[in-house]
Amino acid sequence: MMTDTLTETPTLVQPKAPLLRWRVITDHAVLIVGALFMLMPLVLVFTTASLPDAEIVKHGLQLRIGDQLDDNFTKAMFETSGFTDANSGLVMLKNSMILGVGFAVGKIVLGMMAAYALVYFRLRFALFAFWVIFTTLLLPLEVRILPSYEVIQGLGLMNTYTGLIVPLIASATATFFFRQFFRSVPEELVEAARIDGAGPLKFFIDILVPLSRTMIAAMFIIMFVYGWNQYLWPTMITTDEGMFTLVRGIKQITQVLEGTNLPEYGRANLLAIIAVLPPVAIVVFFQSWFVKGLTDSDK
Amino acid sequence: MKRAGFANPWLPILLLVPQLTIIAVFFYWPAAHAIQSSFFLQDPFGFGSTFVGLENYADLLGNKEYLKVAGFTVVFTLLVTFLSLGLALLLAVKADNVIRGAKTYRTLLMWVYAVAPPVAGFIGILMFDQSTGPLTAFFQSLGWDFKLGVVYSDTAFAMVTVSVWKQVPVNFIFFLSGLHSIPVAVREAALIDNRSASGRFWDVTFPLLAPTGFFLLITNITYALFDTFGVIDTLVKGEPGNNPMNLVYKVYVDGFRGNDLGGSSAQSVILMVLVLALTVFQFRLVERRIHYT
Amino acid sequence: MASVILNNLKKTYPNGFQAVHGADFTIRDGEFIVLVGPSGCGKSTLLRMIAGLEDISEGTLSIDGQVVNTIDPADRDIAMVFQNYALYPHMSVAKNMAYGLKNRKISKAEIEKLVARAAQVLNLTEMLDRKPSQLSGGQRQRVAMGRAIVRNPKLFLFDEPLSNLDAKLRGQMRIEIRRLQRELGVTSVYVTHDQVEAMTMADRIVVLNGGRIEQIGTPAEIYHRPASTFVASFMGAPPMNLLAATAAENGAVSLGQDIQVAAGADLAAGRKVTFGLRPEDVALVAEGGIPFDVQIVEELGANRLLHGQVAAQPFTVSVPKDNPATTGRNQLLVRPETVHLFADGVGARI
Ligand SMILES: Nc1ncnc2c1ncn2[C@@H]1O[C@H](COP(=O)(O)OP(=O)(O)OP(=O)(O)O)[C@@H](O)[C@H]1O
Ligand SMILES: [Mg+2]
Repeated sequence: MMTDTLTETPTLVQPKAPLLRWRVITDHAVLIVGALFMLMPLVLVFTTASLPDAEIVKHGLQLRIGDQLDDNFTKAMFETSGFTDANSGLVMLKNSMILGVGFAVGKIVLGMMAAYALVYFRLRFALFAFWVIFTTLLLPLEVRILPSYEVIQGLGLMNTYTGLIVPLIASATATFFFRQFFRSVPEELVEAARIDGAGPLKFFIDILVPLSRTMIAAMFIIMFVYGWNQYLWPTMITTDEGMFTLVRGIKQITQVLEGTNLPEYGRANLLAIIAVLPPVAIVVFFQSWFVKGLTDSDK
Repeated sequence: MKRAGFANPWLPILLLVPQLTIIAVFFYWPAAHAIQSSFFLQDPFGFGSTFVGLENYADLLGNKEYLKVAGFTVVFTLLVTFLSLGLALLLAVKADNVIRGAKTYRTLLMWVYAVAPPVAGFIGILMFDQSTGPLTAFFQSLGWDFKLGVVYSDTAFAMVTVSVWKQVPVNFIFFLSGLHSIPVAVREAALIDNRSASGRFWDVTFPLLAPTGFFLLITNITYALFDTFGVIDTLVKGEPGNNPMNLVYKVYVDGFRGNDLGGSSAQSVILMVLVLALTVFQFRLVERRIHYT
Repeated sequence: MASVILNNLKKTYPNGFQAVHGADFTIRDGEFIVLVGPSGCGKSTLLRMIAGLEDISEGTLSIDGQVVNTIDPADRDIAMVFQNYALYPHMSVAKNMAYGLKNRKISKAEIEKLVARAAQVLNLTEMLDRKPSQLSGGQRQRVAMGRAIVRNPKLFLFDEPLSNLDAKLRGQMRIEIRRLQRELGVTSVYVTHDQVEAMTMADRIVVLNGGRIEQIGTPAEIYHRPASTFVASFMGAPPMNLLAATAAENGAVSLGQDIQVAAGADLAAGRKVTFGLRPEDVALVAEGGIPFDVQIVEELGANRLLHGQVAAQPFTVSVPKDNPATTGRNQLLVRPETVHLFADGVGARI
């Protein structure tokens, strides 16, 4: 009967497995090439920073560890350069930190406050405020850089942290982000809180802020990196070398390389490494928060 | 606004005031000022200015130099946008395929996000150095006498390469997250319906990534226009000379270095209009964008 | 149309977890097989191995006399209906159905004809130009069905295709799927954890538990001769009563100190066994039965469920709606031919 025909031994077909293997191998090959493309330049800069300057001048970047790393590190961190002897690596690192943290904190605090006002209050001019704030998303600082510079000059804020940080905060990215997030918080939460007798401030501090913790962390990472990496604005606002940030200092470094007899390549390379290390570390260590924060901002 | 919003009259105002003040002083005032001074001619010795109407704009549009920079900006923007999107998409698709080491690859491919553009430019200088750069040596072995900062197209090549290097990670992150949001079962259905991997990619994966792609397209254009300033400034070592530059860099050079406030302001306004157009375009797309779910 | 032979199929996931411990059975041409079992028992894994979506760790799988272990899913000539339908969100209903045909180099005219026919069968003709997002859940389900039937494959695979529908629609689609399958005569494997679906749709049921096959058989066999306590308690609602018991003299078993039931079994006296009785297989009698203390009565409309205890162990009886039994002491009559006995411990049928 039927069952008999079924027990016949099935014919064997040549396995197709090798094809799949090849696909896996090419996938990995492409990824490895990509990863090297991303990684190699900075690795070269790093290894070269361990070589004596004379050698770097002759041979450029090399994939080889020398014995000058601590020497160059000391020079980069503690020795000053420039004209006023004020911008050692340590000073620039401090300035970068202040800019990165100040910018991130300022942005988050102002953003949360404004978003809270817009989402949770009955406000007559809410729509107007919304548009006033969100128009700033349209124009990056770069297109209004000169008049902004004049404003800072007029206010006497050149070479101050305020002048450095505050104008950068004048955009609504964080506000926009928190507004989106607050709107996704269930309605019942406010209702429950009001029934429990919580006023607007209590609700904000006891419920909304703790609820936004991961959002705040993600925003902080993104904003810190953004602030730390600012270049054009610090270049215009800081002329006093004691106010330079690491990223701003890069320009100085490349210019110094030009003229001198024995350019301090090792030192320059190390400064570049120090300039990328904190933001890279933050992004790598808090990767999942960072990625979530970044991709959630895509409305 | 929430259904059960608070009715407190002064608290929201208090909450909004800091943000609004900063925006007024550091956004609206400078933006208005830029628009205003684009209609004036600044006296070279700083003794006031005269109203010249649209003359600054007319000068710009008749200026060969400016048109050359505009032309370069278009080419540069297109190259950076499409190269970095293409590379990132390729890497994201591969990173999404592999099982072993997926996390490591993700980290290795995204960390450059945190590198500042001028540092990227500085690394570019070393890599493309005329006498000792490893890439220069490589090009020379191929018979290409690469001269950064001397040959216009070579400098432009370096600018594009460095800008792409810097931008691939963001695109990679977004594409990868876009790929993750495609339901597994949909891909499996495609696996049953189509035996060709490339066919499945173009018929199913690629269209489902389109929303991410549109979003990134605008982001990348904005990046190439504005955020590459640090790359360009470092690569030309602050000496624009005969080197290629984009429109934002020219605003800076003319206004800050050349002290042509009117002309520079007119350039700013042109850029503002450009960005506004892009944004409107983006909102249009977002509106019409196919929401698949 | 084809037969499928599973020869000791095993699946170990990369993390070392073994989800299927050797599946060994044959699916006949045109048969409708239902894989059933609790959540996590490996139903989907087994189905996906047949589809080619999971690698086979060990054993051979053949479809239509061909070993397909290493054949790509697209080359196995199968069609699958997914739990969440997995429709292509950017394609219209017509394109969704046509996609698999197009890739198999079928002429445009032929595709159009096939799609039109499938749409008609499934009542989708009006919706051919819509995107999946513009359809209701039930309509999406039908598109997923349509995508499978236009292809006229050797094998249909279903992974809980009805679990996202409401109860009424689920009942309708159950009948609809079975009707279509009969008409087309396509061999089918259907995964569900719903025993009603399993009983009503299957030609044969495969009961899985923890990656192992507990029993294969027709719905009647599964119901009347469950191979283990697991099958006995999994299939049937309310589930079979299972009581700890000891074999006594003369084919009887003793449930407690002084309760003995004739079970028609031939066991060594004193052997520990599990005594099984379906709630609907017992009758209440005025006297002479075994004592049954009813604690709760559930009214289900067509019948009534009496929950209580026999020999200090939980017991449920299902009686017709007109039976007046109430809480308190009742008497049960057990017919020996309705008693199921299982070995103590492993739970295999005796
Ligand atoms: N990719 C995987 N890696 C490791 N273990 C897995 C993987 N996929 C499934 N499992 C495990 O294998 C077992 C069987 O999973 P399977 O999806 O086949 O269950 P199922 O019977 O379909 O359950 P359900 O009714 O919930 O769909 C589960 O214990 C599950 O946790
Ligand atoms: Mg399942």
